[in-house]
Amino acid sequence: MVPTWSSFGLQNSASPSMEQLTFFHDFTMVVITLITVTVGLNMFLICSCLLTNRLLLQEQVVEIVWTVIPVFILLSIALPSLKALYLLDDPFTPSLTIKAVGHQWYWSYEYSDFPGIEFDSYMLPESDSLSIARLLETDNSLIVPSFSQIRVLITGSDVIHSWAVPSLGVKADAVPGRLNQVMLYVNRSGVFYGQCSEICGANHSFMPIKLEAVPMAYFIKWALKSS
Amino acid sequence: MSSAESQLPWTAPFDARYPNMNQTKHCYKSYIDFHRCQKLRGEDYEPCQYFKKTYTSLCPNEWVSKWDTQRAEGTYPCKI
Ligand SMILES: [Cu+2]
Repeated sequence: MVPTWSSFGLQNSASPSMEQLTFFHDFTMVVITLITVTVGLNMFLICSCLLTNRLLLQEQVVEIVWTVIPVFILLSIALPSLKALYLLDDPFTPSLTIKAVGHQWYWSYEYSDFPGIEFDSYMLPESDSLSIARLLETDNSLIVPSFSQIRVLITGSDVIHSWAVPSLGVKADAVPGRLNQVMLYVNRSGVFYGQCSEICGANHSFMPIKLEAVPMAYFIKWALKSS
Repeated sequence: MSSAESQLPWTAPFDARYPNMNQTKHCYKSYIDFHRCQKLRGEDYEPCQYFKKTYTSLCPNEWVSKWDTQRAEGTYPCKI
């Protein structure tokens, strides 16, 4: 998904969880690059070397070395991966609960802590003057306070959808009859986009998620006005 | 935190019985608890409201209205 032009790789992170994931991605890329270069070089050398050893039957030392070194490489990937994994679903005390319900083909949001805030979020057509990011803009966007801990409960009402906002590092399936919880903490105010991430039918590509993070005072104002 | 934060309404806190990503039980057990509580202690018993606030906080509105209809028709699949 490309909400800004000529972007490559991961989007800029806007939450602590995405910070962790970006770090893990970059770190793993370094390891993978080193391995690919080393293995590639060795393969090239083997193929291009004219010397052969007809009498070589075993070589215990090199066997041990190329078994033990990969063990440590894998451990150095596994440990940061586990750390990120456990930090991602670290339960904290939420200050706000929001429900996101996937429908064919739109999302609807409920803020039941405030009386009666409930709305549908449809994609804006490309022809709409408010549509800046193609296929990502919605008529009603999800408003959340920045710098506060938010619990998002995700469910579906017909088929499985998936609620995802890449720059915030959240993605969870919206399964009918089940409530999936993700924790959201937005590091800065801004507009963040996401898309349904589970094939859900004909208009799967046209049910985007648009999330606006605003300072708490503005959020309260908006919520009181809307409820 | 900021003073604006204190203006937020109450929301269901973390419950150690439901530490997982799957919060389905957290929602419907609170719904059942509320109605059992009311049946046991009467409609006006104030502490029951805790369960009500919890389930309104957590359950999708569609589920709650479906369960309310089922209770009214006597087809709710759990004994209250
Ligand atoms: Cu979908």
